[in-house]
Amino acid sequence: MPPTEAQLRPTPTVTRFELGGDLTLATSSALWQRIQQQQWAEIEIDASAVQRIDGAGAALLFELQQRGARILALPAQGQRLLNALSPELPLLKTTPKPAQHLITRFGARVRAANANFYLQISFLGAICAALWQSLQQLRRFRWREFCLQCELVGANAVPIITLISILFGVILAFQSAIPMRQFGAELFVANLLGLSLIRELGPLITAILLAGRTGAAFAAELGTMKVNEEINALVTFGFDPIRFLVLPRLLAGVLMAPLLTLFAEVVGLFGGALVMKGFGIPFATYYSQIAGQVNLIDLLSGLSKAAIFGFIIAAVGCYRGLATGNGASAVGAATTQAVVQILVLLVVADGLFAVVAYHMGW
Amino acid sequence: MSALIEVQGLSCGYGNKTILKDVSFSIERGEVVAILGGSGCGKSTLLKHLIGLYSPQAGSIRIAGNELVGTTGADREAILRHFGAMFQAGALFGSMSVLDNVMLPLQSFSQLDAPAIEIIARLKLRLVGLEAFADYAPAELSGGMQKRAAIARAMALDPEILFLDEPSAGLDPLTSAELDALIRRIAETQHVTCVLVSHELASIHAIADRAIMLDRSTQGIIAIDTPEALAQSSDERVNRFFNRGQLRLVPQHCAASEPTLQG
Repeated sequence: MPPTEAQLRPTPTVTRFELGGDLTLATSSALWQRIQQQQWAEIEIDASAVQRIDGAGAALLFELQQRGARILALPAQGQRLLNALSPELPLLKTTPKPAQHLITRFGARVRAANANFYLQISFLGAICAALWQSLQQLRRFRWREFCLQCELVGANAVPIITLISILFGVILAFQSAIPMRQFGAELFVANLLGLSLIRELGPLITAILLAGRTGAAFAAELGTMKVNEEINALVTFGFDPIRFLVLPRLLAGVLMAPLLTLFAEVVGLFGGALVMKGFGIPFATYYSQIAGQVNLIDLLSGLSKAAIFGFIIAAVGCYRGLATGNGASAVGAATTQAVVQILVLLVVADGLFAVVAYHMGW
Repeated sequence: MSALIEVQGLSCGYGNKTILKDVSFSIERGEVVAILGGSGCGKSTLLKHLIGLYSPQAGSIRIAGNELVGTTGADREAILRHFGAMFQAGALFGSMSVLDNVMLPLQSFSQLDAPAIEIIARLKLRLVGLEAFADYAPAELSGGMQKRAAIARAMALDPEILFLDEPSAGLDPLTSAELDALIRRIAETQHVTCVLVSHELASIHAIADRAIMLDRSTQGIIAIDTPEALAQSSDERVNRFFNRGQLRLVPQHCAASEPTLQG
């Protein structure tokens, strides 16, 4: 008989715990903390005293078993719950997709902006093509839709335009009359109001109001139609969405913006007249001051600017609507983008106008 | 022990329009009950009243012995804890991942710490077979997966009752059958009572213990029985609904006959 090596082994002593009470979502939060603080390998848990158990309780037993404990004598109902969770398989630890690097994101933005720029140019081209087609077949233009849009864009905007422009006239007159009075020049507030409202502020306030009111509405309406596949339905029938949806809105915008601007200017000047009256300047004097200062070219350049603003508002609103992605948040994103882009383009267009007017000597 | 859901004299509708009049029924613990009927008969309306989204024109809804109608504040919240609901299109929150969707109710309505909540939520996803999709956005999942994720979210707080609105709507027959099997399995292993609205005969036969049949013309329940018994029903309206597959597509008297000229 060969000699055997001397050995020292621990005897397998098994610790037993007893688990009892209700093992439910509401009653097990303390136990969840406890099991995370302790080693559970080679530990037996006698679960025969468990009374009620729900899915969260079964999840707790699952976690114990994953940590190496052996669950014994679990009542049948709890065993069914636990078995449904396949307790022998460890939990799959999926990780969220890593966030992209700053430079990668910047590159993606630039690329998207670039692609977007091309799309906008082609949208402009599509508008021109659709306009040309419609001119050749005037009867096929959707006159009823156009009239409806004129009502929505123009007539329905009258109350808000009235309110804002009368306030604007009053505030502008009042704020400039106080310092002007120090020089005894209140009379010239009329000149200031007339020139600034008709050349610059009238078109701009109207355009900003329309951007919020109409540009956003176009983007949201067409965006929702896109999400609901109404645009696809139109295309399937052979309708060109540009001719069918965009042109009536675009023409309504181009036509209504100058009209609203004219209205805003008249109302704003009226508001100024009220203030001037308070400073002792009669309406007739106020009128003749303005008539002497402002000429037809001022008025026409303001109105043509308004028409271009109207085009920007309607075109960008429709473009953003048609470019809407999928899902509930896409319409919101399209509307936001539309309003922001319209405001940026309005300022750019206004600046260009100022440069051109200066060089032409208007 | 009283029934888990007890509806007494319920009349519901929108505005002045009444859709269901004087409806009464009860659902026992552990049952899978289907609410069925033709389009416009008020299936979804009934479900939306049962889960308290609308308040009824008259009647009472008792869930686990507590009156839902007219209860407000903390009492109402306690009743709402008794059930989870899956809506027709899933109604997952699009801005969160699937896992976050399931964790949201746990984070708001339990005292558990973050690791425990994550384990429970991942196990709920395992239960519906979406464990590997935890970090996906809902929009990245197929229609059937979105519904399964919605079931996992509805099950997050281990409710006693699961309400499902048209679980098989918009799904292909195979996906629909898988979903039916899942609902049946969840009902059995998780001990939840399921109430589902459906018009799919196949899924009603596959999962429902009992069916409540509504009818538009009577504005109420025309039959409550097991699907097998309903299929054999002598009531013509029930029979028409259950046996539509056996309609003759070409009635015999329409067979064309040669015109004859007699002189």
